[in-house]
Amino acid sequence: MRLIGNLISHTRMQRQRINRAPSPVLAFVVPWISIAIGSMLPLSFVIASAPVLPPLGFLLLVCWQLLRPGLLPLWAGFPLGLFDDLFSGQPFGSAIFLWSATMIALEVLSGWLRWRGFWQDWLVANVTVVCYLVLALCVAALAGGPWNLLLIVPQTLLAFVMFPLLTRLVALLDLLRLARVRVVA
Amino acid sequence: MTVPQHRRPGFSKRAQFEIFTSYVAAVIGAVLGFVLLFVSLVHPASFAFARTAAGDIAEPVGQFSAGSRAAGKSIFATIAGYIDAGSKNAALRKELQLARAQLIEAQAIGEENKRLKQVVRLRETDGQPAAVARLIGSTPSSSRRFALIGVGRTDGIREGQPVRSPVGLVGRVLEVGTNTARVLLVTDAQSIVPVRRANGNVAGFAQGQSDGTLVVRLIEMGINPLRAGDVLVTSGSGGLYRPNVPVAVVRNVTRDGAVARILSDPAASDFVTVEPIWLPITDLPPPPPEPGA
Repeated sequence: MRLIGNLISHTRMQRQRINRAPSPVLAFVVPWISIAIGSMLPLSFVIASAPVLPPLGFLLLVCWQLLRPGLLPLWAGFPLGLFDDLFSGQPFGSAIFLWSATMIALEVLSGWLRWRGFWQDWLVANVTVVCYLVLALCVAALAGGPWNLLLIVPQTLLAFVMFPLLTRLVALLDLLRLARVRVVA
Repeated sequence: MTVPQHRRPGFSKRAQFEIFTSYVAAVIGAVLGFVLLFVSLVHPASFAFARTAAGDIAEPVGQFSAGSRAAGKSIFATIAGYIDAGSKNAALRKELQLARAQLIEAQAIGEENKRLKQVVRLRETDGQPAAVARLIGSTPSSSRRFALIGVGRTDGIREGQPVRSPVGLVGRVLEVGTNTARVLLVTDAQSIVPVRRANGNVAGFAQGQSDGTLVVRLIEMGINPLRAGDVLVTSGSGGLYRPNVPVAVVRNVTRDGAVARILSDPAASDFVTVEPIWLPITDLPPPPPEPGA
């Protein structure tokens, strides 16, 4: 399955100009910034009285890791999770621990898998998200939240549906990341 | 597509070492996260400083999205307003006439209430709001329910102050930053509000369930007098919440209480008011003069 590269011309963004090169700063910061912006979803225009939206920062982390394995360092779960904990409402340390564990698990898994494909990535992402949401619910329950698995069903279903869209978004961001914007003297 | 081979280190000692150190760093990160999680479970307020600082820094983002949320809602309201303007106008006129009459009655009752309170020497902190603020954020994907408001310590906000919207109780202030404050919403499982039925003397407690509903438990056991549609208001017992603020409407009755839907959906409320902590103080009447003196 071809990703967004056939919609926005790869050639236009990358091959067009002769004396242009990708910016190393842009190539480095785009994944970090996009995940951090996803973590700031609590400050968005949605005010919810129930947990209805999927954890966007976490979904983007999984997407980046599945689409470009090895681009984010393995310890990226610590700083990104720390940032997520500041806004998510979960007890502090919850995302640091779970995101670090997710990074390690996905890395180990990608060592096992002999084959890559869209449907397999979707399955991996869905299993990861279900595990994450259930564990996050457990952690919140330890901090005094309710213990009710039905509570996370809507956001889990939304996460299943959102994954292909986010894959496209990450693919687009990946093109942006390597856009030839720097002028080579 | 087969797996790319770029992470096979081969015989390069340096590549092997890099992979090893990255695993070590990731495991250290996870262990640190576990320790931080343990600390914050034992002392939930330990990292409040970091959260409030982050809230203060991110406040402009929240204010911007709160503004766009209000604008988006008013566009829909304007469009919807054109559709049934005529019939709605007539209905509103009729309602206004009734409301005027009821307002005069309510004023009279208020006067009487004031006089009766003077008789029993009940003094209250006045109901003047401490601040008016916008809801600039909430936790849309966590089962803990918090919201962020755009006022903080500089506006006179303190921990524990109740937060309400024009239609009902929203929650109470939990952590205060310089320009923002975190609000524990009434729908959070940690929030327990003393309530009573608006008509009739049925008292109980309403606890959140994190899904927009509250579980109501009555103080007196026995026959459950609640019916679907009953309005619950704060009872004021125990202080903190001023009495007679609407909280929820009973949705279905259970054996020893009810499940109630909150009245003030945070999604629908633009501005909220932060009220001072309510503490009733009853002065004892002066002892009557002794007949022999």
